[in-house]
Amino acid sequence: MKFDVVIIGGGLAGMVCGIRLAEAGKKCAIVSQGQSAIHFSSGSFDLLGRMPDGTEVSDPIAAMAELGKIAPEHPYAIMGEKFCAEHLQQAPEILRSAGISVSGDCRKNHFRITPMGKMKPTWLTIDGYLTTASSERLPFEKVCIINVEGFLDFYPEFIAEEFRKQGVVCNFGTINLPDLERIRRNPSEMRSVNIARVFDREENLEVLAAKIREMASGCEAVILPAIIGIGRDDAFDVLKSKVNTPLYLLPTLPPSIPGIKAQQALQHRFRSLGGEYFLGDTVLSAEWKDGRVKELFTANHGDIPFRADHFVLATGSFFSKGLVATPDRIVEPVFGADTVFTPDRAEWYTLRFFDRQNYQAFGVRTDRSLRVVKEGVPIENLYCAGAGLAGFHPVQEGCGAGVSLLSALFVADRILKGE
Amino acid sequence: MNIQQNTVSENNFEQCIKCTICTVYCPVAAVNPDYPGPKQAGPDGERLRLKQPGFFDSALKYCLNCKRCEVACPSNVRIGDIIQSARIKYGPRKNTSLRNFVLANTDLVGSLATPFAPVVNSVVALKPVRFMMDKVMAIDHRRVFPKYAHGTFTSWYNKHAAAAQAAFPKQVSYFHGCYVNYNNPQLGKDLIRIMNALGYGVRLLDREKCCGVALISNGLYNQARRQAKINLKSIREAVTDRDLDVITTSSTCTFTLRDEYPHLLELQNDDVRDRIELATRYLYRLIRSGQGNLKFKEGAPLRVAYHTPCHMEKMGWANYSIELLRMIPGVELVVLDSQCCGIAGTYGFKKENYRTSQAVGESLFRQIEESGADVVATDCETCKWQIEMSTSKPCEHPLTILASRLA
Repeated sequence: MKFDVVIIGGGLAGMVCGIRLAEAGKKCAIVSQGQSAIHFSSGSFDLLGRMPDGTEVSDPIAAMAELGKIAPEHPYAIMGEKFCAEHLQQAPEILRSAGISVSGDCRKNHFRITPMGKMKPTWLTIDGYLTTASSERLPFEKVCIINVEGFLDFYPEFIAEEFRKQGVVCNFGTINLPDLERIRRNPSEMRSVNIARVFDREENLEVLAAKIREMASGCEAVILPAIIGIGRDDAFDVLKSKVNTPLYLLPTLPPSIPGIKAQQALQHRFRSLGGEYFLGDTVLSAEWKDGRVKELFTANHGDIPFRADHFVLATGSFFSKGLVATPDRIVEPVFGADTVFTPDRAEWYTLRFFDRQNYQAFGVRTDRSLRVVKEGVPIENLYCAGAGLAGFHPVQEGCGAGVSLLSALFVADRILKGE
Repeated sequence: MNIQQNTVSENNFEQCIKCTICTVYCPVAAVNPDYPGPKQAGPDGERLRLKQPGFFDSALKYCLNCKRCEVACPSNVRIGDIIQSARIKYGPRKNTSLRNFVLANTDLVGSLATPFAPVVNSVVALKPVRFMMDKVMAIDHRRVFPKYAHGTFTSWYNKHAAAAQAAFPKQVSYFHGCYVNYNNPQLGKDLIRIMNALGYGVRLLDREKCCGVALISNGLYNQARRQAKINLKSIREAVTDRDLDVITTSSTCTFTLRDEYPHLLELQNDDVRDRIELATRYLYRLIRSGQGNLKFKEGAPLRVAYHTPCHMEKMGWANYSIELLRMIPGVELVVLDSQCCGIAGTYGFKKENYRTSQAVGESLFRQIEESGADVVATDCETCKWQIEMSTSKPCEHPLTILASRLA
């Protein structure tokens, strides 16, 4: 099979890179080992929330200049402040063109609310999810937090505890329905997706709206877990139209409804642009010629290779096995690319889970064009984008989505410019 | 020492990180709350079953073995295989009702029915007969039965084609499957026409039995294993003794021969697996590598919607059928979202599954109706039955469409 570009990995970076290239007329294939980490999405896309020393960032673009000095190996520093600033409009446009409506400002972070009620600085948030402009103030003083009876992936008490610190009065409500009773027969599978399917049904949405109206009385706003709209896109709008109190969603523990919807929207967009999406396949080996990748062989396609002029490694980090930790080193399993890590395993992590962990910044070694380096030499037509890159701390710095989006655009840009 | 290598189980089940992505993409869990979903039925349940086989949950019978959980899994866990193996290992020993026996023995029932096809087809279409089958055998009365052909593909081949096919210098072996033999010999003839146009003669295996997919899903494992051994012997004769590739026209037969034999029936096929493949992939390779070329006639514009069967999705080969269809002048191709049609072989014929089956397929049927297609194309015969019964569109094999446009 012959393509202009073959992208390995169908997560945020792979998909956005594919969409950008396909928009520019390139024939692209995405080969993905399984569904991606977008399924764990919070409903927000972070750009830069904190500096490496923990200082909170208000203006991400301004902070990038500073970051470039402190962390010259950070992907933002490699791509350059100028590139990042120029492309920070393009990234949300790509999301919107796929049908993911996001709001946010790359010059001023807003705050998203985690499933535990904590506030985190972020860049873009999917419409409908609760955000606040300041971490000091929520947009209401009295709120009703509603949960589904028996749903274990959402914790109104934790959320209320955080909200109360800002003087917000919290009421609680629970919802139960005969259809919910039916899925509760498998209590461990009482998950966001199964619940959302119940509320895809018009009659259940109607009952939900009536119950919310009842429970919301005297409250300025209502908070629901993200359990609305898996099979249909209009469910949340329909619900809002039936309730006259402002209604906000909060993310749940995975699987994440906004994440699943975003994944499907991106995949749909990629395919509608003529992209071919190969799910559930694993790249086994590569053929090389004159320092270039010539073709890839996969588990499903056996002797029929994927040929392309350019290849993009967007296989992600440890979760998706884009990086594999052995007892003494970090391995990139597809190409055996060089990786960046500290040789002393004792330095890989600290015992405090929420600390800045060194292993999170491990990744694939690249040159300044994000070309993958193997045995010390950059490979001419193989780029790396997304979570597999080295030099950044997605969790502590709150920059995972930003690195994925920007590096995807950076790599697409290089390929289109014919470098 | 590679620690991981020594702890990896057969189906990779300890690699499950409980992310629940499989359950998101399970067509049954989406519509039937009696089914706990692939994570619970697969790796979670397996941990319990390994400790105590009594933890086997009879709800595993609701799994329709589509393997979409495996395609979605980011950790390469063979969830579908875990579930099906558990049914074989821990499930009820005597699982064979008359109904299941009849549905599973496509070979036997097909050879009994084809000589009397006109009568059989009319009789099973009668309302009172369907009502009886529903009451006595629990085969749903709403289900439309596939028609039997009057005379099998193999008898036609032996009488009218064998000699001419043997005269071609290049040869390929064909595993025709029950559907071509008993229901749609025309598809086999279409394949022969296409292969002949590329300079290949088509020969049959010395002995072919049903691939066994329906036997496996209906709990007739010993019979499935016996038939699989006969098929593997014939395939080995073709591949090893005569150096011939073995092609099929059914995505599910292909998948069963290649992957279910080693994974579920524990019959090793490493020596021949790579030589068994779907005809569309075989054709794609011949044409793209410049070893053959097809000449088409000019045809009226035809809008074709391609449906990806579940086992095709699992093999990852839909693209080959799609690319072949795209080669046909006048064909405008729409690729439908890859999702289960709900029939899953014999599953949808059973009274207790009828509702689930139609609910699973509902969004596909809607998409087909909205596609504006003249015809739906798919590589799986049972998907074809389901689509023709549940939508207003005809459904054909890609090779039937292709053969109809050959110059």
